[in-house]
Amino acid sequence: MQEPVITTIGAAETATDGSTLMRRDRFSVRLRHVLRRDRLGQLALVIIVVIVIAAVFGPLMMGDAATQADLGKRFVAPFNPDHGAAYILGSDALGRSFLARLLVAARTTLIIAVLAVVVATLIGSLIGTVVGYIGGRVDAYVMRIADVMQAFPSLLLALIILYTVGPGLAPLIIVLAVARMEVYVRVARAETLAVRERLFVTAARALGAGPIRIVLTQIVPVIAASVVSLATLEFALVILSESALSFLGLGVQQPDITWGGLIAEGRNYLRDAWWVALLPGLAITLTAVAVNVMADVVRRTTQTD
Amino acid sequence: MTRFVLQRARHGVFSILGIVVLVFLLSRLTGSPARLYLPEDASDQVVAQFNAQHGFDKPVFVQLLTFLRGTLRGDFGDSLLYGQPALHVVLTRYPATLMLAVVAMLIATTLGVLIGARAAARKESLADKVSRVISLGALSIPDFWVGIMGIALFAVYLGVLPTSGSAGPAYWVLPVATLVLRPTGILAQVVRTSMVDALAADYIRVAKSKGVAQHSIVFKHALRNAAIPIIAVAGVLMAGIVNGALVVETVFGWPGVGNLMVTAIHGRDFAVIQAVVLVTGIAIIILNFGIDLAYSWLNPQIRLGK
Repeated sequence: MQEPVITTIGAAETATDGSTLMRRDRFSVRLRHVLRRDRLGQLALVIIVVIVIAAVFGPLMMGDAATQADLGKRFVAPFNPDHGAAYILGSDALGRSFLARLLVAARTTLIIAVLAVVVATLIGSLIGTVVGYIGGRVDAYVMRIADVMQAFPSLLLALIILYTVGPGLAPLIIVLAVARMEVYVRVARAETLAVRERLFVTAARALGAGPIRIVLTQIVPVIAASVVSLATLEFALVILSESALSFLGLGVQQPDITWGGLIAEGRNYLRDAWWVALLPGLAITLTAVAVNVMADVVRRTTQTD
Repeated sequence: MTRFVLQRARHGVFSILGIVVLVFLLSRLTGSPARLYLPEDASDQVVAQFNAQHGFDKPVFVQLLTFLRGTLRGDFGDSLLYGQPALHVVLTRYPATLMLAVVAMLIATTLGVLIGARAAARKESLADKVSRVISLGALSIPDFWVGIMGIALFAVYLGVLPTSGSAGPAYWVLPVATLVLRPTGILAQVVRTSMVDALAADYIRVAKSKGVAQHSIVFKHALRNAAIPIIAVAGVLMAGIVNGALVVETVFGWPGVGNLMVTAIHGRDFAVIQAVVLVTGIAIIILNFGIDLAYSWLNPQIRLGK
């Protein structure tokens, strides 16, 4: 009873299979094509590239200035060339160059966000693909857990875990990844369910491929586009969550700094030094806007129709 | 319908049990619970006495049973910071958070529907583009930073609004405005998408040809049929507003659960943390149950499906 159904679906979709594979190979070409007609997308890409370059090379050039206190230069106002290029964005309560601190914080913030998204993507989509392929009771249990996690506020979950484990770089990355993993599980599972019944999977099974081989060589390449699209969308959210946790004092600890931590510092000096709280927030917002715009571009590029 | 309700109720109970066990595991897996409950400088003698007194020297499953029994009776132990039963401390803080959340969600839903519906009614118009920019901004700005900038501008520099507390109407302006941002951005997009679909339906063409006013077409005919996804998302956002409350209450010194939670974490008040997590978890599960019911009541296909 099952057999004819599978064959019909498979046969109808062989053409789509071929084009999906071709499209995957030409992702960069399609991306360029979408970007060519999208001014906002181009701008977002430029902003992201600039931020990444600043986060990579900035700390190398100005890393020392970020920790060098100079009490004579406390709260130097920004956009005043008198104190030299390092102080163009002002200084903080200890007279440290705020530009340098922003750059060092940019590196930490981006490293945390990238690692958290990568961990969540890899583990979450692997779980989703496997339970989607196996199905049955395991699938039902995992999806119940995913439901509980979806209902539970991610920040609250992160807060409890960080409290029991203790703050730090590694716990923070794990917490941020775990809090959003449920989304990847859901998307990867839904995609797998659709791919599972297609002809090339049946063919692989008929040729004697085991479940692990089928998941890794047949299913993962096909669902990768949706997962990547989701990951870019999640990136901005992870940056926002990280900054909220750092602001609450549960992110990375001194001397490590992130944008969220800088805002928490600046909160104490609103009257004397508005820029300490303002600039890191602008940095977060700018990054998040650019990433969100880019996520939209990636989504349109990976869309199959 | 009864089967659907029973099935959802069973899922809810399962979820609550899951959260109870999770809290138990978190409090035990990290080594000695005394480390979590007692101040960091407690002496070895105090720790040993504490362990014996609370049965932490017994096997783990015995501890789990004791913990479950305590949870069922609402007994989480006394708060370290407040000296009162933890559950009592948590429950006295809940009204403030709920009021803030409800007011914020009412405003966010109204704004989201207005912005989204207007954008959908005139697709690709200036209003549509503006609404997309607003949504994008609302989704990309850290809410606690907006709150701090609000304090800097309106309280510190202009001096027209208070910085923190909850003594009068003026104290509501900044927290509500901060909390409203994110849900409004998300809802505006959801409303727009589902309204675009609803406005393309045949009955809208019929209504137009009958000469029904544009306003009435958008807000009566289309909005009613676009309501289901909007309500679903609003429900999820209501649960997620706890996330916003955590930071917003901290920024504005709002005497709610979020503020309590952060204070408890910094003061190592584990009894209160446990109580907050369980009470919040249960509240959210009940809320989800309610959303499921509303959802199936609005859309019979769901309860007939399975």
